[in-house]
Amino acid sequence: MFLFLKKILCTHSIFINFTYIWRNIITQVFMKVLVCISHVPDTTSKINFIEDDTKFDVQGVQFVINPNDEFGLTRAMWLKEKQGASIDVINVGNQSSEPTLRKALAIGADRAIRINSDPNDGFFVAKQISEYIKNNTYDLIIAGRESIDYNGAMVPGLIAGFLNINYVTNCIKLEIDNENVLLDREIDGGKETLKGKLPLIIGGQKGLVEESDLRIPNMRGIMQARQKPLEVIEPYDFNSNTETLKFQKPLPKQAVKLVDSENLDELINLLHNEAKVL
Amino acid sequence: MPVITYIESSNGKIKKNGFELASYSSELAKLLNTTAIALTVNVSDCSELGNYGISKALKISDDSLNEFNASTYADIITQAVNKTGANTIVVSSSLDSKYLAPILSANIEAAYINNVISLPSNLDPFTVKRTAFTNKAFSDTSSNSEKVIVGLSNNSFGLIENSIPIDEEIFEVSISNSNLSVESSEKVSGKISIADADIVVSAGRGMKGPENWNLIEDLADTLGAATACSKPVSDMGWRPHSEHVGQTGKPVATNLYIAIGISGAIQHLAGINSSKIKVVINSDPEAPFFKAADYGIVGDAFDVVPRLNEKLKEFKAQNS
Repeated sequence: MFLFLKKILCTHSIFINFTYIWRNIITQVFMKVLVCISHVPDTTSKINFIEDDTKFDVQGVQFVINPNDEFGLTRAMWLKEKQGASIDVINVGNQSSEPTLRKALAIGADRAIRINSDPNDGFFVAKQISEYIKNNTYDLIIAGRESIDYNGAMVPGLIAGFLNINYVTNCIKLEIDNENVLLDREIDGGKETLKGKLPLIIGGQKGLVEESDLRIPNMRGIMQARQKPLEVIEPYDFNSNTETLKFQKPLPKQAVKLVDSENLDELINLLHNEAKVL
Repeated sequence: MPVITYIESSNGKIKKNGFELASYSSELAKLLNTTAIALTVNVSDCSELGNYGISKALKISDDSLNEFNASTYADIITQAVNKTGANTIVVSSSLDSKYLAPILSANIEAAYINNVISLPSNLDPFTVKRTAFTNKAFSDTSSNSEKVIVGLSNNSFGLIENSIPIDEEIFEVSISNSNLSVESSEKVSGKISIADADIVVSAGRGMKGPENWNLIEDLADTLGAATACSKPVSDMGWRPHSEHVGQTGKPVATNLYIAIGISGAIQHLAGINSSKIKVVINSDPEAPFFKAADYGIVGDAFDVVPRLNEKLKEFKAQNS
């Protein structure tokens, strides 16, 4: 299909406006993919709270693309490179998440959308993204199975419910052939293979691509990302349906009880009589 | 309005986490001055749920439901919610229940709060404690919605026996078609899964290579435990991804977690922090895991693990 279009492109480009054809290829032939990006504290961050434990303390915290989303973004890049696809990335967040979106563009996404609001809760975020999708059709929507900050694990499932589209979470493999889709889902104690059709939304995680497949943006990508569109749109009119009232940190742990490696009976005794787990 | 809980089963038998869900739901029902109803799929005998305070079981029986499908299951729970008028729905933290809960939430316009570890501290607004930041913190989260779905964290509440008569009723549902079909499934047979295990034996790079995992598997066999591994081990392909526990892998909330040759990176600790008792065996006394563990042995895994296994076999023989 692509070769055929390329041929038309070559023979007729003198007569027909080039950009017109190019746009046609992008919108009609290539798959349209939307990757939902959460802007989260890096996995090594120290977690602290301020304002009477009601807010997360962002001071000194490095923010990154949510790891589960980054696996999905990388999988989307493979689709773009091997099968042809356009990739939009979307985030519900305030201005502070723009560097994260720029990073997604530097990795290779074509266009970024930021819905300009704090991501109040999973329901709110899913409503915002669903509303955007209603107005901008996509073949494939990729989100992470959960964000590593609030761990709500609901955004892709809620979008699937609001829009009534196929949904697979804990997705560890995704193959697309025209509109046919083959996916692996992690299940407790193993995995299962599912068959379905586009449009589809997945909750991605490690396995969709490997850690070693993740991409660090290169200088060319970073330069290009500056030129790529980052649209900011105002939020749609929805409320959140939960509220986080207060945070707590776990109580400090008691010091470890060390047992001599020559006295393993003592360990078994402690586990049996003190911890009561044997 | 009753509390309704979806109880998972496998081959017609209620899963272990079902009794914890039943305990939680009936205690929650007491707080709300109502009763707790269980919804089951293809379970013929639900009487055991009565031991944990469930007064009624709605039993769905249909062979087409033997294969789990999230949207179909969300639809049948929706029908049960509509029939009973329940405003409070309790589900587990299994992968299947976490899969269906958001779809159910969209169906019935309920707030979904997952990783919940306690009964509500307040009923108006409905407020529960949950884990956040991958077990690095807790949050008190409230619902602004009339209906709420509580996703109970595994092993967070325990069992509360409260025997009452249970009324078992056949529940007829209409079953929706799905565009997704299961082609095949692979389960590691004869092995307990990390999600179902009371004890997890986990190992890291300190094992030096996949060929040494028989030590870990032998210890797990003795304990009836599941095996797990650290991220570098799954990244290097020594063990399957399904065994990787930690922030980007599987969360673990077991009674006993034994970490062998795992240094204890912050991402690993986050994933296993909900486990009740942590034991670390590591040759490096400076390994960060010692700060997170309850019991520790400084020693070489290749020396300690086989001896520990023998001792545990003796212990098991005496105590069974």
